[in-house]
Amino acid sequence: MKKIRLSKTNRINFATFGAVILAYAVFQFMSGAGMLSSTIRGQLVPICAYVTMALSLNLTVGVLGELSLGHAGFMSVGAFAGAVAAAALPIDSDPLRLAASMVIAALAAAAAGTLVGIPVLRLNGDYLAIVTLAFGQIIKSMIENLYIGMDARGLHFSFLENRIIFRDGGRMLLNGAMGVNGIAKISSFTAGFVLVMLVLAVIFNLVDSRAGRAIMALRDNRIAAESVGIPVTKYKLMAFVISAAMAGAAGALFALGQNTITANKFDFNTSILILVFVVLGGQGNMWGSILAATFLTVLPETRAMRGLADYRMLVYAVVLILVMLATNNPTIQDFINTRFRRKKKKGGAAK
Amino acid sequence: MKKFLALALALVMTLALAACGGGDGQKDGGAASGAIKIGGVGPLTGDAAIYGNAAKGGAEIAVEEINALGGLQFDLHYEDDANDPEKSVNAYNTLKDWGMQVFLGSVTSTPGVATAAESNADHMFYLTPSASSTDVIGGVANPLTGSVDTPRRDNVFQMCFVDPNQGSASAQYIKDNNLGSAIAVIYKNDDVYSTGIYNSFVAKAGELGLNIVSTTTFTTDSKTDFSVQLNDAKNSSADLIYLPTYYDANALILTQANAMGYAPKYFGVDGMDGILSVKGFDTSLAEGVMLLTPFNADAGDEATKSFVAKYQEKFGEVPNQFAADAYDCVYAIYNALKDEDVTSGTSAGDLCGILIGKFTSMTFDGLTGEGMTWADTGAVSKTPKGMYIENGAYVGMD
Repeated sequence: MKKIRLSKTNRINFATFGAVILAYAVFQFMSGAGMLSSTIRGQLVPICAYVTMALSLNLTVGVLGELSLGHAGFMSVGAFAGAVAAAALPIDSDPLRLAASMVIAALAAAAAGTLVGIPVLRLNGDYLAIVTLAFGQIIKSMIENLYIGMDARGLHFSFLENRIIFRDGGRMLLNGAMGVNGIAKISSFTAGFVLVMLVLAVIFNLVDSRAGRAIMALRDNRIAAESVGIPVTKYKLMAFVISAAMAGAAGALFALGQNTITANKFDFNTSILILVFVVLGGQGNMWGSILAATFLTVLPETRAMRGLADYRMLVYAVVLILVMLATNNPTIQDFINTRFRRKKKKGGAAK
Repeated sequence: MKKFLALALALVMTLALAACGGGDGQKDGGAASGAIKIGGVGPLTGDAAIYGNAAKGGAEIAVEEINALGGLQFDLHYEDDANDPEKSVNAYNTLKDWGMQVFLGSVTSTPGVATAAESNADHMFYLTPSASSTDVIGGVANPLTGSVDTPRRDNVFQMCFVDPNQGSASAQYIKDNNLGSAIAVIYKNDDVYSTGIYNSFVAKAGELGLNIVSTTTFTTDSKTDFSVQLNDAKNSSADLIYLPTYYDANALILTQANAMGYAPKYFGVDGMDGILSVKGFDTSLAEGVMLLTPFNADAGDEATKSFVAKYQEKFGEVPNQFAADAYDCVYAIYNALKDEDVTSGTSAGDLCGILIGKFTSMTFDGLTGEGMTWADTGAVSKTPKGMYIENGAYVGMD
């Protein structure tokens, strides 16, 4: 006889899906009933984008075990590719245009990820951290010097100087350092929810697959993994490029929910912010990333924090340090463990 | 356990701090009930905080004066955006939750574009003191390509003069007064303000046949060392450096040029205003610097004197043009509304309709110009005035 027993990982995965669906349903209902403030309503799409960013970086940092300090660079590639694609694509339906833009953005970011990954992932050690750091800066400088315009004849590109000459009815899509202006806001909370679910499904399935086990073997002991015949570069590149593609899609979602985006939005600080989400939520812990990204995005905009005026960012930093300390405090960890001991026991048996 | 207690204590203290901070936050503005709620967004923290705090200070003084007069009352609230478009939209939404009826706009240009689009969708009146990019008001052709990249937003008006206006006016000034035979330009290419002025300057300079020998750029990340840019200008033997940049960078450029024994003439735009109040800057280096500015803190008229005195008393420094522009914004809104039948219950949309009608028909005298009018385009009729610095004070060029 067969008995359906879910492993601990599966239970956590299904609980994560369930929690995301529940959160979506609750917010969608409250938004429909007019119970949400403008501040929260305006943040729903950015939250989905940041959650996706945190999840995708968690794939690189938590599952693959490589440190990436330029994840905002992939978001930037996706954001600008997505914004330009959304303005240029002749599709009338907004959701379809959004989906197509997100796919183009994901492909562009994946290409950038391959370009960075191929030379660097062959190296061991901290090289990836330094190269991704440089990559973020290079992307920022390149976009600040790139000009894209569109008229009846199609797209026009110009680098360093704006030498685009239009026929009638042309307009600039990407204006160098001034970024993309006048974006039609076609991102919706529903699209963000679908993206988060999709990303979760990809990550959970990847981690549970043969490739995922190879990737985690590389993280835990590269030499041992190599000695049993796991191709190091192939699996590292696989995880890294998937992570970049998801960041690109998140970038497009983010950009198409803003009125204007500039390249310096996606700088080193944003990369670190996303790394903070991952570290706070726990490396390799997907629901932790979701919670941390949501909490830290909403926190500085809450009424209590806004009321602090000049001390807002100081208190934000202090709260961040305290939360980091609290989640690593043995007393609190023990407390959580004893509360959930029943579940822990079952999980222990499955291990 | 000790560690746990220490942590718990720290958490309680932070929460307590947050709680008292919250109390203080509610109080500012402090007007009677029935006041019209005016909101503003600006960088109160971070790199550009001087601009945001100056605008906030100027607006606060205007609101205090108006509330002391009796009659129409204002309640002012500023929110921080750290010069980030995403945060500026959050700040704008926070102000909407507070019940804002009239929006003083964003202080800086890039966030200004984002909040202008939001307020346009909400039909909320938007008068910005200093977001001078044409993308804020929309409907203005790009000087390089001639294309209109953003449509006109009918609810948005500017108190400052628009960037291209400054760029072409500078080129015209340099040509008319024969200020330089070889011109170098240093501008900040990740800044909408600086790039906007540069683009229109280059377009106009080409038209007038000015001789630009060196064009160099810098960004937020590299705004501390200008030796490359200055050497390029020096090696091309430029005798005039055009600086469409803000005064903090300009002060460094002047100091570093002096250190390398290079003494060209300098021509700045309204961002140069404030250079004399930079801490630790040797103001003798700024002698002879030319700039375009709408506001002169040393002007002799009563209104300016009283404003400067109040600002100095309250904040301990000389106000710059951002403060003066924000002060004028509040008074322009006051003048437009004082004879109208409006209360704290009037909806933002109705106020927007009234204010658009008034702004396109009224004439306004303020600190930053006399007889100002606004066209349907949202741009103010003010023309930039040429000034130069002599004995640490501004003197009119004409």
